[in-house]
Amino acid sequence: MAEQKAPQPRPEDSAISVNMVSLWYGSFRALFDVNLEVKAGSITALIGPSGCGKSTLLRSVNRINERLGSYVRTTGSIRVHGHDVLADDVELAQLRRQVGMVFQRPNPLPLSIRDNVLFAHRIHRAGERVTRIEEDELLETALRQVLLWDEVKDRLNGPATGLSLEAQQKLCIARLLPVKPKVILMDEPTSALDPEATDALEGLLWELKGEYTILIVTHNMAQARRASEETAFMLLGKMVEHRPTQELFLTPHEQETADYIEGRYG
Amino acid sequence: MFQATALNERNRRVEFLFRVLFGLMTVLLVAPVLIILALLIREGGPAVSFDFLFTPPSDQGRQGGILFPLVGTIWLVVVALLASVPIGVAAAIYLSEYAPDNLLTRLINLAIINLAGVPSIVHALFGVGAFVVFFRFGISILAASLTLAIMTLPVVIVSTREALQAVPMAFREACWNMGATRWETIRRVVLPNAISGILTGVILEVSRSAGETAPIMFTGAVTFLPFLPAGVLEPTMAMSLHLFTISNSVPNMPDEIKFGTALVLISMVLLMNAASIAFRMYLRGKKKW
Repeated sequence: MAEQKAPQPRPEDSAISVNMVSLWYGSFRALFDVNLEVKAGSITALIGPSGCGKSTLLRSVNRINERLGSYVRTTGSIRVHGHDVLADDVELAQLRRQVGMVFQRPNPLPLSIRDNVLFAHRIHRAGERVTRIEEDELLETALRQVLLWDEVKDRLNGPATGLSLEAQQKLCIARLLPVKPKVILMDEPTSALDPEATDALEGLLWELKGEYTILIVTHNMAQARRASEETAFMLLGKMVEHRPTQELFLTPHEQETADYIEGRYG
Repeated sequence: MFQATALNERNRRVEFLFRVLFGLMTVLLVAPVLIILALLIREGGPAVSFDFLFTPPSDQGRQGGILFPLVGTIWLVVVALLASVPIGVAAAIYLSEYAPDNLLTRLINLAIINLAGVPSIVHALFGVGAFVVFFRFGISILAASLTLAIMTLPVVIVSTREALQAVPMAFREACWNMGATRWETIRRVVLPNAISGILTGVILEVSRSAGETAPIMFTGAVTFLPFLPAGVLEPTMAMSLHLFTISNSVPNMPDEIKFGTALVLISMVLLMNAASIAFRMYLRGKKKW
């Protein structure tokens, strides 16, 4: 998988295909036979009240749930561009290279901006010679893609942790790009940001879409509405409804969806 | 409406009392250090000179300086450092970054804490049995330094582990989520950020071993030697044992020399501490968070 030239995803392909996935934390069942198809190059929002399993589902796609230990048990199948993620022979390092993740709180590494952006690339290209020029190109491309280049181009060797939260979060996206992930998972990426920064980050999602498939968890329904093409609503570990965003919000099929988006619980 | 009540007045008095009490305790803590230093400088200061440092002792220490014990202590501390730092830091990295939290790990931690509590004379006897006799190093710098190293290992491990654990978990997770292995994470992110803490802890603890007498007196340090050691398999004089000897077993010893020797020993330790603190400040300045 790593060696293939990344083809431009065709929209009719499923980038993520979740099939009858159930997940247990010990004896607690967090997901119940969840199905979800995410179109390649699209932005899909996962919404639902706290504890509905949306973050759990997101974290299953690159298997960082497993960090919690062997008491996490997953059944069913999750495929990324047709490749089984849960198979025994999956190398987690490669999976996480292809399926990047952005967290609630920006978590830049305590390195320079430059080293942050190139970190993953250096890890995955360890042993190969990468020239300074190549690195500079990757750096500029990634930072331009997240609309951060003009802000930081004069202090690329400055500490990343000195940036504003908005810039830090953009940087956390930028550092995924040099290794050309297929999918970017975002777990409430704007919850630590102020409204303006949130706005900027949502704008960025539209820039990245197409080249990357984005699956974003949000508890902010306005955000799901503004910044996604499709929305999936989950409740109590079950997938309730998954449709194009405008349809889901205007004419929900399920009563639970309607109740939730009207704010009757959540 | 806003006037102080009797209760407020009482609270204020109690507050004052505790503040003074805690302040006094702090002064009490610093006082012995200052008194010792002042005494040593007053009594031993005149004896300390360039010649004192660079002349070997003669006439059982009544004449001459302290060159041989001084060099001997540097030998002992450096060799002990070379032994304890790689082992201690590696063990701490394992325990902090790799070891699962299970019974075995907890037993190892317990053993480390207990090792720190072993009296130094017991370490000395272990050193005799293990290094002098069993490994046939004889009474030598190597045997003494290894004994010192074993004695300082627990503190090196504990201080290193603390420095590693002071690096926020979020950094590690960020690395792992980009597909970095544990070692890549440690090498690129954890160690660079923990190194100042590690070095400080290590130097502080090892410099303390410069003053130890018991662990070296049966394993490598001798009371008098007319020459400098040529290698690690030879015995040596050492500052702590030399001070013990001239204070205890040599009649008609000039006080000046005793105090001067003590002053040099304490200065060595303080100097190493100061260096480690300066080094930490330099590394902290370079820190990115």
